[in-house]
Amino acid sequence: MSEKLVTLTIEGIEVSVPQGTLIVDAAKQVGVYVPVFCYHPKLDPVGMCRMCLVEIGRPRRDRETGDFARDERGEPIVEFAPNPETACTTQVGEGWVVRATSERALAGQKEVVEYLLTSHPLDCPICDKGGECPLQELTMDFGAGKSRFLYEDKIHLAKAVPLGELIYLDRERCIQCARCVRFQEEIVGDPVLSFEQRGRRLQIVTYSDPGFDSYFSGNTTDVCPVGALTTADFRFEARPWELKAAASICSHCPVGCNTVLNTRRQAKAGGHIEVQRVMPRQHEAVNEIWLCDKGRFAHHYAGSRERLRVPLLREEGELKQVAWEEALKNGADGLKAAGGSVVGLASGRASNEDLFHFRSLVEGLGGQAFLYDAMGGGDAVQKVGMAPGSNLAALGKGDAILVVAADLHEEAPIWWLRVKQAAERGAALIVIAARPTRLDAYAQQQIRTPYGDTVRTLLSVAHAARGRKDRAGSAQGDLKAAAKTLAEAENLVVFYGAEGLDTAGSTALAQACAALLVETGHSGKVHNGLIPVWPRANTQGAWELGLRPADDLAGALVAAEAVVLLAADPAGDEAALAAALEEVPFVVALELFETPSVRQADVVLPAQSYIEREGTFTSGERRVQRFFPAVPALGETRPDWRILAELGARLGIELERKSPALVMRRISESLPAFEGISYQGLSRIEAQWPAVGGEDLYFGGTAYANVQGLGIQLALAGGGSEGSVEGAEAGTAAARKGDLLLVPIVRLYDRGRTVMASDVLHPRLASAELILHPEDAERLNAVDGIELELGWDGGKIRAPVRVSAVAPAGAVLAPRSMGFQVPRPVMVEARVPVLQDG
Amino acid sequence: MAEHVLLRHRDIPEIGNLEVYLEHGGFEAFKTAVTKQTPEEVIEVVKASGLRGRGGAAFPTGLKWAFLADEMPRYVAVNADESEPGTFKDREIMEGNPFQFLEGIAICAYAARANLAYIYARGEFWDLAGDLQEKIDELRSRGLIGEKLFGTEYSLDIRLHYGAGAYICGEESAMLESLEGKLGMPRLRPPFPTVKGLFAKPTVVNNVETLANVPPIMTNGAQWYRSFGTEKSSGVKVFCLSGHVEKPDNYELPLGTTFRQLIFEHGGGILGGRQIKAILPAGASAAILPATDDVLDTPMDYESLPKVGSTLGSASIIVLDETVNIAWAEYKITRFFEHESCGKCTPCREGTYWMLHVLERFNGGEGVHNAADEDIDLLASVADGIQGKCLCALGEFAAAAVAAGVERFRSDFELRVVNGR
Repeated sequence: MSEKLVTLTIEGIEVSVPQGTLIVDAAKQVGVYVPVFCYHPKLDPVGMCRMCLVEIGRPRRDRETGDFARDERGEPIVEFAPNPETACTTQVGEGWVVRATSERALAGQKEVVEYLLTSHPLDCPICDKGGECPLQELTMDFGAGKSRFLYEDKIHLAKAVPLGELIYLDRERCIQCARCVRFQEEIVGDPVLSFEQRGRRLQIVTYSDPGFDSYFSGNTTDVCPVGALTTADFRFEARPWELKAAASICSHCPVGCNTVLNTRRQAKAGGHIEVQRVMPRQHEAVNEIWLCDKGRFAHHYAGSRERLRVPLLREEGELKQVAWEEALKNGADGLKAAGGSVVGLASGRASNEDLFHFRSLVEGLGGQAFLYDAMGGGDAVQKVGMAPGSNLAALGKGDAILVVAADLHEEAPIWWLRVKQAAERGAALIVIAARPTRLDAYAQQQIRTPYGDTVRTLLSVAHAARGRKDRAGSAQGDLKAAAKTLAEAENLVVFYGAEGLDTAGSTALAQACAALLVETGHSGKVHNGLIPVWPRANTQGAWELGLRPADDLAGALVAAEAVVLLAADPAGDEAALAAALEEVPFVVALELFETPSVRQADVVLPAQSYIEREGTFTSGERRVQRFFPAVPALGETRPDWRILAELGARLGIELERKSPALVMRRISESLPAFEGISYQGLSRIEAQWPAVGGEDLYFGGTAYANVQGLGIQLALAGGGSEGSVEGAEAGTAAARKGDLLLVPIVRLYDRGRTVMASDVLHPRLASAELILHPEDAERLNAVDGIELELGWDGGKIRAPVRVSAVAPAGAVLAPRSMGFQVPRPVMVEARVPVLQDG
Repeated sequence: MAEHVLLRHRDIPEIGNLEVYLEHGGFEAFKTAVTKQTPEEVIEVVKASGLRGRGGAAFPTGLKWAFLADEMPRYVAVNADESEPGTFKDREIMEGNPFQFLEGIAICAYAARANLAYIYARGEFWDLAGDLQEKIDELRSRGLIGEKLFGTEYSLDIRLHYGAGAYICGEESAMLESLEGKLGMPRLRPPFPTVKGLFAKPTVVNNVETLANVPPIMTNGAQWYRSFGTEKSSGVKVFCLSGHVEKPDNYELPLGTTFRQLIFEHGGGILGGRQIKAILPAGASAAILPATDDVLDTPMDYESLPKVGSTLGSASIIVLDETVNIAWAEYKITRFFEHESCGKCTPCREGTYWMLHVLERFNGGEGVHNAADEDIDLLASVADGIQGKCLCALGEFAAAAVAAGVERFRSDFELRVVNGR
């Protein structure tokens, strides 16, 4: 779209918009709402529903001069076309006059509504969309009020057609606008929906197996302008007008998608107020108006009735229910008795406020507070992360994106989507990975590097990019080509993950990525920077607040007199850590669930989940964003930041106990990156395009407008100029011994507690399997489905094999959180056990 | 007509044999074009001939070729999806005089600077298309199409593609979608096929009969062609005559021949000597005309038909005699359109369905309401509401047919009203 402006008059209002703007969008900008069904501002126009009929007048041109012909008063002579035209497919023209509410335009719009209603079941009283339905809305505006169509002539079609397990189609309600089909094709590139048949028999079908196989399927229920598509999760659960809305931030990954939690008091939940559904909240720099299906459907864990509700205290070897006062007193006493030999472990599930208090408490006691996460490099992100004001949507032709050691489609689907779209806009995408991923299809260049060589490969690219021939000597042609693309890019964004890397490896990788950004002049600039693909929503926040992973976690635990766990389950993750925790004399756990670590704790303090309280998360793009309470607290649970403050109060460490807003004030006073950040500032909003969530929800769908704040991207530390290639090389993975390299990989729908609490996702869970390269399979005599036993120092797992060239030769891939423990990449001895009896 | 221009097999029965076609000057025009003329020169001749598209829209053929966007590659897509009710001219040309048609494609492709032409044949033309494929292979083996033709740099291949039985795929943009392997639905226009056609490349889409005209035009010249027909509707046309006539057939006649001449002189008059009642001049796709003297004396050309309230379209003249109630005819026509609507746009998808249900009431049947007085106005109103709102011409045709039927033969509908629903 060029920046040349075109001036026209819509409903008597003069407006100047860029050339190429569609009339429907130009009208929206001056507050004239042209009714639409098939048009959606995020999709290419198709002109199918014919709802947006307007009268268009074009100025007559003088044939000789080419200027506008004028009447005797000097006014341009405007000639109207004989028929109304579709505002959604017509681009603006200079001097045009658009009548959207003239008699003829209205007549056309009314007729289209009448036609649509002839086949519509009008079952609004039992329809989930009722109350937030574009067809209902436009029927109120344009409908005749009386039917001329005989009821007996109405077409009857199937009303509950599962398009896979997550989305249901009501064929009667469908108005054939193809928004869902087009969303899947144009936006997410999963063309699994299509039309079949023709005429009045035209219907939506899915061609994939399993049906509607896409991580973004829930969004089609937002853009569907009728109740044809509903989610298996929300279907028949509540009426939209009974729902309350609370702004929130998705807790599953570091993208930080803005959401709204819709809640209602549910009889079948014993009268409790529950989250009924998760809806996207517009943030054009984060998730636009989309959510992945994990974010939408895997919310049930937060309100799970299986959560811890009361404080527990170990008495005579048993955890017994006690009052808060007793639990806190015992907790404080135990920590005091440790005499400074305190180790704290906290994960990125906790909010910034929780983590700040956590560090203050543990360090106030003279102890050490660690980040409980195996992936490193957050300090590099603090220096060369996404600069404030950056937006992936700004990347396009001339820009470059590098993705290293991450499977964005599985780990952070919305990032995957935005990277894919940037590539489609012309950004050069380079993917460096040991195995193929879904992003490869959009990559200009894919570089396969063996596990163990990722850091070296990236260093070669970084060296080549800054033209140091001596150091890049080993760089092959494709690495040099990649280096050239990256060095010459106007803007460069680098995503790094930790697949196949331990803490030292991922730290080295982050440093190498940082060096690449610095050396090529891409640090500290808007729309440039390093994005870590953390496993949790607020891991970056933990780094910003000064928490770091421990070098030798088991050793630190064994040496400690007392341990404080905040949203961390070392005993559940690794046998060696469970054993180490067993040695610790006193353990305090702040948790949601009764985890293996909780079962080993002496004091258990039940925490509130993010849906019950206020707080902030810091996304991988370093955007601090607020989330709000949506439901009453479960049982006697309290927010982590307050629990920690109450412990502190009993230990002589003064922490904020009144509100998280005050905690944030303390954070802003003590940490330079947070300087000036307040809850008020985080709540600032600005107008976003396309404008959604207004009265005209037929325009953008049921995504919510963002009225609760766009958050703030943190300032870069040290101006983003640091980073050294030399320093990074120390972390390069060393040679290892053994049969196969066992590499944990991420699957979106794993079998962890956060996913398992959502029954609707059960049919879509990833398989608990070991993926083995055909060569290795042959060597081991392994075939599909056979059990493989993998052993290493400190661990042993056994699971069925799937033979696939997706796994690089010499590696065996094991999805995380699948019921077997694979804490980090490790060389393993592999064998196919002799068949057991039976 | 003494000698046929298009239906030459009626004069030379063996012309469907390549040897015979070549003996009668076949492929000389193409060879001359490729070896001696520039594409622009070919286009100039076709422009000067006044040839207009015979598929129904009557767009000037030479002008369409000249409109191609300046981008390569380009394609020719031949519309052989002849599915208009009462239209059977392309079929006869392809069966009887196939090489003239194929030579027309070749000349068109050369003029369009296209190296690949697709023929989109309706799926029901299974046997015909099989024969046509053999003829194409024969041309290839004889070096009349293929690489570096006649010692020049010009190469051409012709490929045949079958439709799957959808009327909408005769609409040019839906045909292109179908050729691309997608569901046959019309595209938004602009861009037109000459700018973004097949595979988003500049494409000439022409009808079979249109292209069959091209070799004789190139051989005999534009002025010769203009000696047939009228000033603005030059040349000859194959008129498909069917319905209640003694001799239903294809008749190749100059444009501007009157209905009376076609029906009574050539077609032998009305079956059984009965009275003529109405004429459908373009199959189902044009407003029905009462067979008044004025109408019968109207020249069948692109300018005269609109003056009496219809269009010539593909010139498929269906004659209805006095025994026909027009409410019944409109029911049959609407049933066709309802069945063939692609469903992409609301007015056509829902409107044809609604009109069909109202028309059912005038034609009885199990479980169907009797028609009431107000149903006539309802039908007219629904038809009126569809008009001017559709994505493509199909919906507009469907509505125009019903609107004209009610307006011009209201008494036929009134006859079938049984009041008291």
